[in-house]
Amino acid sequence: MRYLPLTAADRSEMLGVIGAASVDELFADVPASARLSGPIAGLPLHASEMAVERHMGALAGKNVSAGSVPFFLGAGAYRHHIPASVDHLIQRGEFLTAYTPYQPEIAQGTLQVLFEFQSQVARLFGTDIANASMYDGSTACWEAVAMAGRITKRGKAVLCRGLHPHYVSTITTMAKFTGDMIDYRAPKLDAAPDTAGVIAAIDAETSCVVVQYPDILGRIPDLAAIATAAHAHGALLIAVVTEPVALGLLEAPGHLGADIVVGEGQSIGVGLNFGGPYLGLFGCAEKFVRQMPGRLCGQTVDAAGKRGFVLTLSTREQHIRREKATSNICTNSGLCALAFSVHMTLLGGDGLHQLARLNHARARSAADRLSRIPGIRVLNDAYFNEFTVMLPSDAREVVRQLADRQVLGGVSLGRLYPDAPGLANGLLVTATETTTAEDIEALAVALEGVLS
Amino acid sequence: MNAPNPSGWKPAMGSAVFHGSPTASGDRALMLEEPLIFELGGRGKCGVDIEAPEHDPLPALGKFLRRDPLALPGLTEPETVRHYTRLSRQNYAIDLGPFPLGSCTMKHNPRLNEKVARLPGFADIHPLQPQSTVRGALETINQLAGWLIALTGMDGVAMTPKAGAHGELCGLLCIRAALEAGGDPREVVLVPESAHGTNPATAAFAGYRVENIPATAAGRVDLAALQARLGPDVAAVMITNPNTCGLFEADLKAISGAVHAAGGFVYCDGANFNAIVGKVRPGDLGIDAMHINLHKTFSTPHGGGGPGSGPVVLSAALVPFAPLPFVSRTADGQIELIEEETAGRDHPRSFGRMAAFHGQMGMFTRALTYILSHGADGLARVAEDAVLNANYILRSLDDVFDAPFGSSGPCMHEALFSDDGLAEGFSTIDIAKGLIDEGFHPMTIYFPLVVHGAMLIEPTETESKAGLDRFIGSMRHLAARAKAGDNELKSAPHFAPRRRLDETLAARKPVLSWQGDREQA
Repeated sequence: MRYLPLTAADRSEMLGVIGAASVDELFADVPASARLSGPIAGLPLHASEMAVERHMGALAGKNVSAGSVPFFLGAGAYRHHIPASVDHLIQRGEFLTAYTPYQPEIAQGTLQVLFEFQSQVARLFGTDIANASMYDGSTACWEAVAMAGRITKRGKAVLCRGLHPHYVSTITTMAKFTGDMIDYRAPKLDAAPDTAGVIAAIDAETSCVVVQYPDILGRIPDLAAIATAAHAHGALLIAVVTEPVALGLLEAPGHLGADIVVGEGQSIGVGLNFGGPYLGLFGCAEKFVRQMPGRLCGQTVDAAGKRGFVLTLSTREQHIRREKATSNICTNSGLCALAFSVHMTLLGGDGLHQLARLNHARARSAADRLSRIPGIRVLNDAYFNEFTVMLPSDAREVVRQLADRQVLGGVSLGRLYPDAPGLANGLLVTATETTTAEDIEALAVALEGVLS
Repeated sequence: MNAPNPSGWKPAMGSAVFHGSPTASGDRALMLEEPLIFELGGRGKCGVDIEAPEHDPLPALGKFLRRDPLALPGLTEPETVRHYTRLSRQNYAIDLGPFPLGSCTMKHNPRLNEKVARLPGFADIHPLQPQSTVRGALETINQLAGWLIALTGMDGVAMTPKAGAHGELCGLLCIRAALEAGGDPREVVLVPESAHGTNPATAAFAGYRVENIPATAAGRVDLAALQARLGPDVAAVMITNPNTCGLFEADLKAISGAVHAAGGFVYCDGANFNAIVGKVRPGDLGIDAMHINLHKTFSTPHGGGGPGSGPVVLSAALVPFAPLPFVSRTADGQIELIEEETAGRDHPRSFGRMAAFHGQMGMFTRALTYILSHGADGLARVAEDAVLNANYILRSLDDVFDAPFGSSGPCMHEALFSDDGLAEGFSTIDIAKGLIDEGFHPMTIYFPLVVHGAMLIEPTETESKAGLDRFIGSMRHLAARAKAGDNELKSAPHFAPRRRLDETLAARKPVLSWQGDREQA
């Protein structure tokens, strides 16, 4: 048992110090009827590193990895190239095997990273401040809705039609228990998002309007117009960014009037990982800081006058405020925040801009090629690296047949909206810097084959 | 009494301490200072070579284009590697030495876990790929789920919660959904005073009123007082077992019986499951729901504050309400993911979705790798050694520190002390900061709240006896200094990258992001 340093001699010597005859005596408080007498029957016993690696490798081998085929999936999780130094740096034991920085004198590494991360996210989002991360985009989005309720003391959230349906589900689940009212309808297949519809739904009871930017169909909503309408009714605008690379080209939501900006940070530095762990991004105006969920790192000085960093404003948090806390969140996504921060440092503002241009160019190439296939139509007026194509038949079946041809062709709207048959022919297609001209051609040829 | 550090090794410090004059760089040999990226990097620097786009396609973005360039500094790869490597050296970590944070379970993180999690078949698969292309991922989730169910003796497991507190919420929402489905919604959740802060915060988030349960003088839940409070308004009791005083709740079975008789559910905070894994199945104690922190019991790394993972094992009464997505085996043996598309048929009473996608897959692969490495026999040994190490610390220090529950018998995986008996003006914080100078990470301090100046020490099973003896030697040395009123201890740490930091200033005038360029502008 390679992870257990005690020897038999150590154990008996230690039992002598304790004054116990056996280790079992230390479990005396466990009722005898509940104590197990040996290893649980039917479970395997310990195994060598080589044997475990073989077992896990076989499981991994049963999956088709994104990098092994032409790949066009997005819908809230994006495949980008991650520079080798990112993974190297996050595997340094001083980062990987440290705890939440409760003892700041010996955690300045983590704390300075968090301060830099918060600064990067705030600038990316165009908000005054950002926190040290949440679990993922969907939970950050729910927390933003709850925060808006605390600030406005109102209980109705208007969700735009283009909000990721999993985010909608997460919000709806939580609202069932907190009693918030949720105003939401599934998207319509229009070339542009329904700005007028969102604005019409805002009233004097509305705490917030939640708008995804770009939206689930890849369209780009007019945040500024919605912000003006929301503010006129005393409601907050929450912008949701599931693909932060887009902000290399698009105006930051905070500059367009969003009061709270949340997002999924996975795109920058974090792999697909079948959906987790990901990275919740959370920024807002400074005046709302006391209502913000999650950890915050702040600058201060030490007893010798040197600059240093600490976790701060923890009177909002569960370990101090208990049932009166702004959230129950404790552990967040520290290591993913580090990965994001390293990748963002490698890119810088100029690099992110270049990366965004390349993503958009590849998406344009894909859209141009696919729209030349008879029976296929690109829905969007505007898009960043993801767009919706309308197929002549149910996209779920098309996606399955594409997979049989070794092409991961996109996300069908039927998978995301099983209750909206009118959307079933829609297919979300994403292209990033990892998408080659050959990939695009392979998708087009496979689609032509499936549809013929 | 055992001799501290019987192995005898001690770093030689030399006879004279040299303070010397300031260096021109501000660094001192391997003690390296590091500016912020905003002070290092500039516009026009980039550590990634990005291909030029084939054509200029921007018209498709029209009016949404960013007006000003993004004011984010960039660094080349060598500068980036150096920046983060220098920062990393200002961190303490388990890889450097014992990290005895009580309740946090800082155990060794096996590197095989890291290697496996990075296999492209796990790391490079999208959550919305067709199921036929992710059979291995679903099987991985199912194998881990099978282990968690077997180790806890429960009926099902919700795999999606993203951390312990998210798991608590999942458990309480299952309970609330079950009660509401039975037409008996209730308003109150009972929580012991010694509970983690997440427990009352979660109960409040789930819409419940929180009331405290008193403890006995022996540090356990007061069964009689609990029974007296139970009634038709109590939805659930949240109990941590072993509890945050490091003690097993010996009456848990009776507590469960009483709560069930009153129509309520028992939620168990499984943060301390590492103390009993393979020795006791919580399901045999009558609990209805328990989250398992994979980053504690099953060795996934804490990463400086996450990511965690908090699957929730459930009793048969709660399984139907578990959140989506949900993995189960079909009649023909295939492992199928139940999402909204098929939930109406296969999992109709689910309370819904708690997060996008399937949960923390990257943590599942690490945890399953760890579980398979230890096997059923090794996991029981994990609990035994964790408890043995904690009791060794308890009995090696209880003559110099007050152990409030030391007389009630052995502890489980963590040893609890108070600051009683230190010199006037000396408290737990001074012991903690003194430990930093001794080269250790401090224990959990001032938690649980039920003990004055609590020091909660959790060594875990991955510390060697020699490592424990060095730690014990340092603790005894610090006890002597604190009892003698050694004033230098009041200003510790002296040897860390930073002295004590001004937390009041940080909270009074919050500086939460870099503003340097704006101040100059």
